[in-house]
Amino acid sequence: MSQQREKTPARRRFLRDAARSAAGLAGIAMLLGLQQKQSQARDGLALRPPGALAEGAFDSACIRCGQCVQACPYQTLKLATLLSPLAAGMPYFVARDIPCEMCEDIPCVVACPSGALDPHLTDIDQARMGLAVLLDHENCLNWQGLRCDVCYRVCPQIDKAITLELQHNERTGKHAMFLPTVHSAACTGCGKCEQACVLEQAAIKVLPLALARGQLGEHYRWGWEEKQRAGHSLVPEGITLPARGVKGGE
Amino acid sequence: MANPVAQAGREARQRHGWWRSNRFLILRRSSQLLILLMFLSGPLWGTWILRGNYSASLLLETIPLTDPLMMLESLLAGHWPAWLVWVGAAVVLVYGLIGNRVFCGWVCPLNPVADLAAWLRRKLGLRQSASLPRSLRYGILIAVLVGSVVSGTLLWEWVNPVALMGRGLIHGTGEGALGWLKGLVAAFGAGIWLIVALFLFDLLVVEHGWCGHLCPVGALYGVIGSQGVVQISAERRENCTRCMDCLHVCPEPQILREPLLLQKGTPRVANETCIACGRCIDVCAENVFEIKTKFHYSGAKK
Repeated sequence: MSQQREKTPARRRFLRDAARSAAGLAGIAMLLGLQQKQSQARDGLALRPPGALAEGAFDSACIRCGQCVQACPYQTLKLATLLSPLAAGMPYFVARDIPCEMCEDIPCVVACPSGALDPHLTDIDQARMGLAVLLDHENCLNWQGLRCDVCYRVCPQIDKAITLELQHNERTGKHAMFLPTVHSAACTGCGKCEQACVLEQAAIKVLPLALARGQLGEHYRWGWEEKQRAGHSLVPEGITLPARGVKGGE
Repeated sequence: MANPVAQAGREARQRHGWWRSNRFLILRRSSQLLILLMFLSGPLWGTWILRGNYSASLLLETIPLTDPLMMLESLLAGHWPAWLVWVGAAVVLVYGLIGNRVFCGWVCPLNPVADLAAWLRRKLGLRQSASLPRSLRYGILIAVLVGSVVSGTLLWEWVNPVALMGRGLIHGTGEGALGWLKGLVAAFGAGIWLIVALFLFDLLVVEHGWCGHLCPVGALYGVIGSQGVVQISAERRENCTRCMDCLHVCPEPQILREPLLLQKGTPRVANETCIACGRCIDVCAENVFEIKTKFHYSGAKK
């Protein structure tokens, strides 16, 4: 009887401790697993709301209050959860789902209490949420010589941010291809082109600026720009050779 | 003689009735629910009482409120916040006049989860547990602040379950009740598992593990409110029968030791870890406890 009494608490304690250790470890494993998964979830490229400070600065400025999300009348902005491609609680949008509608009064920026969305941004055309890039020439219908033009048509900055550049269609030999061409000077990264692209997967995608843009070495000088600035060429002009055998040639 | 843990508060209920032995609990749940509803009135009914969430918000389109830890992290990470955030933090400092960790007991959306775990513990008799030092939360608080300087990010916000719980419930967009329900799943995302993990941690690993040992948000609120005026006082401690009901339900029972059990010093439970939940007042059959202001002169025997 007394032996029984001694045995039972020991077994109970063992079972309890085992259950506790398992629960504790499971909790820690879950946390670490989530963190790990989050770092893997970065394949989706999240875009920031208009006026967002540069990536590092935005991380330290955003206090995750979600007021920009609540202010957005088109439900474009979402708050990242634990497994989103961004730190939990920060605002982002997915252009393919709901692009930025470029409200003139920029309510998300007005709502931001911390300055993470720069209050100096008052002209939405000056926003740089990202840069549209025609990534996939091989599937873009216009590049195949068709007249899709949808990205060009929906662009709020039509003929400024996206132009159609004519190019001879070598395949047919007699048609023109109208190649959608993005100009970074005007593209706000609103994502309307990406959302509207008729392909199963958009051929044109808005990328974060850091990813989309190359950077020229400091030492590069464009001859034609220097020429314009100086009023003349900085290197001796090449000699002009006569063209022979061509009608109407010099 | 001490009462069984699972029956904490039964004596008070028998002697004083249901309302008197649950009033602070009910008031507290009402307060938590009311604040959540103030956040939800916008998304649900189009009337914005509180915009934002528990990290930062705007009351009635005019009064900003800021989680002081969030602002400190942001400041230390290298961002000078806009004035609205500063005003919000100042408002919260005014809160400090009320006192202690009132936020934890009366506002924090995670409190019902932690309380549920503690309640289940009492009912299931899971009393002993792994131990962590109570001061660990201050260590975490300092680590979070230093870590924010080093990393240049709001370090704590990667995992902060308090903010996560709030965001999950409020989730910003989605008009109307249906939109809210639909958005709930999406807004929590995987975050719900963090809440579940925390609940299990409290239930199975460490008693009052999260709020009482780890949470740096509550730790900072305690520091800010340490000079606050609202305090629990063991006003009639000479009546104490040592039934232990109050210690059984108190999330920070160590603070009742001196003023109540040892009857040393003033009867005020003046401690920055007290969440002023008033549950001790509820469960005491002898009416030992009262909520008093700091300036109240206590006639209790020393």
